[in-house]
Amino acid sequence: MTTGINHYHLPATLNDALALLAKHNGAARVIGGGTDYFVDDARESGPDRPEALVDVTRMAGWQDVRSEDGFIVIGCGATHAQIVASPLVRVGGTALMESCGLIGGPQVRNVGTLMGNIAHALPAADGTLALLALGGEIAVAGGTAEAPGLVWMPLALAFRGPGKSAIDSARQIIVAARFVPTGPNEGSAFARIMRPQGVALPIAGLACRVTLRGDEIASAAIAVGPVAPTPFRAAQTEAFLAGKPATSESIETASAILLSESKLRTSPHRATAEYRREVLPVLLREAMLNAIARAAV
Amino acid sequence: MPILTFIVNGTAREVDVLASDFLASVLRERLGLTGTKIGCNEAECGICTVLVDGVPVNSCIYPALKAAGRAITTIEGLAEGERLHPLQQAFVDHGAVQCGFCTPGLIMTGKALLEQKAEPSDDDIKHALKDTYCRCTGYISVINAIKDAARSKGTSEPHFTPNLPRTVAPLNYVGRPLPRPDAVAKVTGAAKYTDDYVFEGMLYGATKRAGVPHARILSIDTSRARALPGVRAVLTHADVPGRNLHGLVIHDWPVLCHDKVRYVGDAVALVAADTQAIAHAAADLIDVTYELLPVVDNPVDALLPGAPLVHETPPAGSYVHGNELKHIFVNKGDVDAALQASDIVVTGEYQTATTEHAFLEPECSIGPITPDGRFEITVGSQIPYADRQQVAAALGIEEKQIRIKGALVGGGFGGKEDIAAQIHVALLAQATGHPVKILYRRDESLVFHPKRHAVKFTLSVGAMKDGRLNAMKIELWGDAGAYASLSDKVMTRAATHASGPYDVPHVKIDCHAVYTNNVPTGAFRGFGVTQSAFAIESALDEMARKLKMDPIRLREINALKIGSTTNTGAEIREAAGLIKCIDAVRGEFERDLAAAGLTSAGPRAWREGNKAYGWGFACAYKNTGLGGGAADRSEVEVEAYEDGTAEVRTSAAEIGQGLPGVLAAIAAEELGIPFKNVRVLLSDTDLTPDGGPTTASRQTYVTGNAARLSSIKLREKLAEVAAEMLDVTPRDVRFENGMARNHNGQVSIGDVVTQAKREGRSTRLSNAYLAPETKPLGTGGDMHFAFSYAAQAALVEVNLDTGEVACKKIISATDVGRAINPLALQGQVEGGIVMCMGNALTEEYIIEKGVPFTNKFARYKMPSIKHTPEIASFIIEDPAADGPYGAKGVGEISSIPTTPAITNAIFEACGVRVTRLPVDQDLLLLTMKARN
Repeated sequence: MTTGINHYHLPATLNDALALLAKHNGAARVIGGGTDYFVDDARESGPDRPEALVDVTRMAGWQDVRSEDGFIVIGCGATHAQIVASPLVRVGGTALMESCGLIGGPQVRNVGTLMGNIAHALPAADGTLALLALGGEIAVAGGTAEAPGLVWMPLALAFRGPGKSAIDSARQIIVAARFVPTGPNEGSAFARIMRPQGVALPIAGLACRVTLRGDEIASAAIAVGPVAPTPFRAAQTEAFLAGKPATSESIETASAILLSESKLRTSPHRATAEYRREVLPVLLREAMLNAIARAAV
Repeated sequence: MPILTFIVNGTAREVDVLASDFLASVLRERLGLTGTKIGCNEAECGICTVLVDGVPVNSCIYPALKAAGRAITTIEGLAEGERLHPLQQAFVDHGAVQCGFCTPGLIMTGKALLEQKAEPSDDDIKHALKDTYCRCTGYISVINAIKDAARSKGTSEPHFTPNLPRTVAPLNYVGRPLPRPDAVAKVTGAAKYTDDYVFEGMLYGATKRAGVPHARILSIDTSRARALPGVRAVLTHADVPGRNLHGLVIHDWPVLCHDKVRYVGDAVALVAADTQAIAHAAADLIDVTYELLPVVDNPVDALLPGAPLVHETPPAGSYVHGNELKHIFVNKGDVDAALQASDIVVTGEYQTATTEHAFLEPECSIGPITPDGRFEITVGSQIPYADRQQVAAALGIEEKQIRIKGALVGGGFGGKEDIAAQIHVALLAQATGHPVKILYRRDESLVFHPKRHAVKFTLSVGAMKDGRLNAMKIELWGDAGAYASLSDKVMTRAATHASGPYDVPHVKIDCHAVYTNNVPTGAFRGFGVTQSAFAIESALDEMARKLKMDPIRLREINALKIGSTTNTGAEIREAAGLIKCIDAVRGEFERDLAAAGLTSAGPRAWREGNKAYGWGFACAYKNTGLGGGAADRSEVEVEAYEDGTAEVRTSAAEIGQGLPGVLAAIAAEELGIPFKNVRVLLSDTDLTPDGGPTTASRQTYVTGNAARLSSIKLREKLAEVAAEMLDVTPRDVRFENGMARNHNGQVSIGDVVTQAKREGRSTRLSNAYLAPETKPLGTGGDMHFAFSYAAQAALVEVNLDTGEVACKKIISATDVGRAINPLALQGQVEGGIVMCMGNALTEEYIIEKGVPFTNKFARYKMPSIKHTPEIASFIIEDPAADGPYGAKGVGEISSIPTTPAITNAIFEACGVRVTRLPVDQDLLLLTMKARN
């Protein structure tokens, strides 16, 4: 079994990586851990099979999870396991810790990366939803010839459709992600549901970040998938919850709004739309109550 | 070519690799470290796990060049010389090694865990091993082994004692929990499976498969494939010199299709090339044009008038009529009148799913050809002599021109009984003059090999008010897929076991085994009875409810016992342990209920928050041996050596169930030679006599008996020699602990062998055992010579918000006649339960209009260690007079009652009757919601 490529590069710096992409001029692909890429059905026979892979997990300065300028910054070389084990993320981005801990199994998490998941652009990707709820941004390098530098952009702009990324993995590298950690009166949480048979994709996942003001919800950020072609911020639900008491009743009422702004569909071998309609409120309740409890500590 | 510089098991290595190589293939092929196994190539099964700088990764998709500068630890790096790592020793001692194919992955994942956590909890172990699959053990022995190894740290000579159910007093070897003879090789990575063998000049084969479920072949153009550099041969049907058909019962399966294809996995052409990549690329370049034909995708539609015919001409010598491969009847009494006369009648319709064996070793065959033109085929097969026969027929040569050499088998469960690539590699070896290896990729294995039958049932069950079952009228439709395989036999077993292990005076069963354009179906642990048990045990639960009777009591009243007559007219005369099984389960069950503050008189269900809990119950029985009038024969050769050792030889397959340990214990017992000095050689048609197929839970009974008889006869011959040496009569010589003894003194058995040879006497002896005669279905009399019985209770948890179901505990009692090796038996019981839990809750081979959706492991979820329930296991030993030491079959029985015990528990918990497998959480939740 082989990957069918002719070059496997493991650049030591970001500049080296960008130079390699430039050299291959569109015929290379950036990969992280490769745990999505190498199991993708289409990769071996597709007409745009790359001639080279540029593995960006060993670039100096981009391999860890760190605190910087008020953000938690996650480098593209950091594995899911590193994120799960990070004390910074545990405290300041619990939703991300929970979601990355549910991706694949331990062996996959020891290799797979969050940036890789973001580039894969699946609407219900666990880590992506959590980062979206946390208000995450990503740093993209190699944008264009005119602007080759590092550009921070909101995570939401990274997605074009199911499996379609706005980032050109032949020329651009998602170097890092960052978010402002939750502080006092803030908490985050993630919940998802799987089906044992059929596809190995979540039926639904939901992440939220909550800020409390006394007994009420000052603000809530809610990311959910798959309810739209891309990971989805439930803006109407968020707006409704702002200023409401931090109670089960508020969440119950918010469920109806979440359902009304979600486009639920039946996915073969995964879930019926009716089932998703039943479990989305369950996920909202679980994640919100956990986040509120964390915020209240 | 890039050079990969890294450290492997402490040694710096430099190796030329391709940019496209993965770590697993570099370790296996470049460095010869074949202890690392590849199960799926998609990071799903975890058995390829190695440590990179101490961290476990799936080496099957880990790019080789990513390992540059890293330290890799593989299974070969754990033992220090002869001294096993404590984890390895614990796996051996706990019986956590069965087929052994996943063992390296489990141990490596376990090792990484122990590095992080010195004393891991059950939860830690389940978390760490979540994605490292094992299909044999059921994981409980794995958990115990890891915990024991953790505790042993620092002790120099660890030895671990497994926790086993109580069994009758052991003999010297029989009845003792002896570790399997091949266990050490399996924990060190030294054990060789087919793909681990490499031959000089070996080429690689690939198979062009149909890709469409039903079509007429208009043309096959191999010219582009032939033109690809590195291709050595391309073969089509025109190149099959002998009979272009194979099949275990009916010869209906083309070696290479010529006129039409009948399922997606049909083989159309073969390629041999210098590398696997070239072979697969060439297969893709073979152009086949088809005229697509209408597809028939279920057995009910296939019987309708005008349905497309899968086989337009019935295969020679078959009972095939249209698409009906076989119509099977069971008749006892007058069922219609009895249903009318019954106080209560329950009707129902049930549907089981197509399921996949998911043995972790994909099929592999290698076909070397000797200078004198013989074929020596290395393969991990369940029926070596049937392979030989089928290869000979296809090549048009005599059977003695073919030698089937069995490699270790990485799991079978019935899925390695049919021909896979055995014929194909012989054809390619013949065409090229080179050894040719064909290894199926997981996606190919999933698409190609026969599965468990999806069966539809309709039932009417009649009972009297006092709970006596009076009548059962059952109709079954089994999806046989495109080729017969063992469908005739499987569906016969489904039919004859459809009324369950109960004495029912009036039974009528109509069973249709039907061709469709789906993947063929054949043998799978339980052999049709897994399906029947789900239907009848569900219906009996409904009956108990209508009768307002304890479902356990209902089964107890009607259980087969001595003096009962089965639905085929056989009288039960001995070894009917079902009631003892029911009692054993009930005892534990009542203790558990009491602990939850309940009694068996009240509801067996309760709620905690959004979780509903319920207990369910089910029984099962399963024939041992082929039955139905087939001669059930096995031959075993035993030889004693001058060094005091002995070897037992037979062509019977070890597929993880523990046969070598059983045969070695029996020979050791009868020859008085220590267990460790008895070797077992299996499955080499040149060197070992025919042990018959490894199917129908028959090997312990039939081959076990043959081993026993051969050993006794050899001992008697040796006794004559020893008697002269000791100057006593032969019957006064005892053989024990390696010595021939008498009050006059003793000589070692090795010396007895030396003396015998000096006298020109042979110390090798082969003896065949023929199991008691059975009668064909429909003739009355004994259709089977023995039955095993089981009862199980299951505790489930249903999440009322999501419909998710988890099985928390299984109480199991299994009547096996006699436990020859309680350690191996425990593995069979726990592994069977967990496999059948998968049948209930997770497993479904999804195929739509003949096209498999399940073409990778990511789309077939079998139970992982996270699903493993608590298991309380009881062994009932109601001996079979003719079984070796009283033993009956154990391979299948434990895996049969689990599914209905779970679905009956779901009903208790939440009031929803599951009528279709596997349990669908989506449907379960929506059904619950619709009721509220």
